[in-house]
Amino acid sequence: MEAMRKERIDRGLKVRTEGIYAISGVREILYLLGPRLLLIVGLMALPLVLELAPYWKRVINIMCAYALLAISFDFLANYVGLVCLGGAFFTGVGGYFSAIYNVYFGIPVYLAMPLAAITGAAFCTLCLLPCLPLRGVYFAIVTLMYPLLFTRIIEALNILGGTNGITGLDNLPGSYTEHYVIILMVLASLFGMRRFVNEDIGLVLRGVKDNDQSVRASGISVTRMKIIAVFVASLIGCFAGAYIAHLYMWAGISLFAMDFSIIPIASTVIGGGGTLVGPVIGTFILVPLSEFLRFFGTFRIVIYCAVLVGFIMFKSEGLMIYFQRKYHQFERWVKV
Amino acid sequence: MSEEAILSVQGISKSFGGVKALDNVSFDIYPGDIFGIIGPNGSGKTTMINCISGFIRPDSGHVLFEKKDITGWKPHKIAHIGIARTFQLMRPYYSLPAYKNLIIPLWSPRAKKFGGWRGGGKHGDRDTVAVDILEEIGFERDSRVPYKLASTLPTGYQKRLELARCIAMRPQIIFCDEVFSGLSMSEIAGMMPLIEKLKAEGVTLIMVEHRLRELFRVANRVMALNFGQKLVEGDPRVVIENPKVREAYLGTEEV
Repeated sequence: MEAMRKERIDRGLKVRTEGIYAISGVREILYLLGPRLLLIVGLMALPLVLELAPYWKRVINIMCAYALLAISFDFLANYVGLVCLGGAFFTGVGGYFSAIYNVYFGIPVYLAMPLAAITGAAFCTLCLLPCLPLRGVYFAIVTLMYPLLFTRIIEALNILGGTNGITGLDNLPGSYTEHYVIILMVLASLFGMRRFVNEDIGLVLRGVKDNDQSVRASGISVTRMKIIAVFVASLIGCFAGAYIAHLYMWAGISLFAMDFSIIPIASTVIGGGGTLVGPVIGTFILVPLSEFLRFFGTFRIVIYCAVLVGFIMFKSEGLMIYFQRKYHQFERWVKV
Repeated sequence: MSEEAILSVQGISKSFGGVKALDNVSFDIYPGDIFGIIGPNGSGKTTMINCISGFIRPDSGHVLFEKKDITGWKPHKIAHIGIARTFQLMRPYYSLPAYKNLIIPLWSPRAKKFGGWRGGGKHGDRDTVAVDILEEIGFERDSRVPYKLASTLPTGYQKRLELARCIAMRPQIIFCDEVFSGLSMSEIAGMMPLIEKLKAEGVTLIMVEHRLRELFRVANRVMALNFGQKLVEGDPRVVIENPKVREAYLGTEEV
């Protein structure tokens, strides 16, 4: 038998849609816009479709909040090289800030959420500042530690409502407002971040990931770039936190729960790191799955782990990278 | 040499554990110099560059740039005032195309100060400047080479990319850490005019080299190091005839 190997070749259509040729015909435009439209339209139509299954409608909200956290994680890990284990830190800070603004100062919810995102992001960046000049594992450890630290502080000092949390937050009026605020935010962050990482400033951030010594030698402060990146990522994360707080009309220490750190990371593994859209798709699989498995009680953790291990072993590149390859290239067997 | 020294290194010492990598080394560099630093492996040449460019803090001694003490400054600040360096082990941004590698130095505060790329709108201009610089340094503009991923480039191109990264910042001084090593004769011949051109533009070059023949063709002054100590400094022909240098460095080649 002759030795064969698999060869991958770009589809003709892909080659024909490069650069200015993207607008040369309907097929070309559809080829490029198709996947994007599928995501946008699919996501926008989701609340309408799920009108048939009211229970699952609530899942959309939390799923999209996780998607924001996943975008934030993917950006930091795969474009800046900072592995952030502290999604929960962002949600907690964002949620509590929004609760303070809304309940203690009476700021309306529409203003409290963006304000909490910005001030919360500034607060998170300030907290993480000491470990930004360092390379290596420190950032991961410190981000993992902060949610635990703040939980204990709130418990021990009995501030901000203590273990009961802050109650009586305003919610967003109407379930459709709730859905579309977060859906639009996911789409805006997704396409915004994709744009951002390909801008010149985004290229510098990717340079920091590739090799920070060269960035230093190019006269750019690496610490400053990391501060910008952490601020942007925590902006997205804190918004998610503020949203969750208003969704449950309650900000408690469960906003610092490990789930907010772990599910985005697991979603990135499943969806494919470095694609930004992959982690979003990952959450769209994982969060409904975990909701579905609620039926099994604590046993769901086992199933959950099995899914994750399966992905890591058999499709470690992630779904999105796999689909991208299938979409852009075809494979054939050729003789060696 | 009646001019003021642009860079003055005064009594730099650096030890790593018990090893004295640099022992009280001093030298002056004048504007327009092509200054060669030679010495056998482990003689402290790269440590010297690291000390001056801020990647390592010297134990003692001072570095003066235009009479300003820059000892212990952060690397990016030193690059900002006009001292660029290449790395001996090439450090391109592997995941970016070659021309996008230059966006990073072009985005730096120093390059922004010059603002040379601001031709028109906000987008694309840095890309244009980047391709211009790459063409200048020997990337064929009409080929696919400037648009290939940096990780797929051959060594010669990666070395040039290192130099291009420095040039993009329009520095006053460039430290070249073994830019010739690992290159073929024809590749070195291709880089020679580039060095000449930089010299003509008034850039001061400090070249750490093992390829003495090529170095002596361009350098006007040379310093020899051995075991972190300065052996001799001066005209290349005088340095190479020095018995201490021959013994430490060239002698081993002639065995």
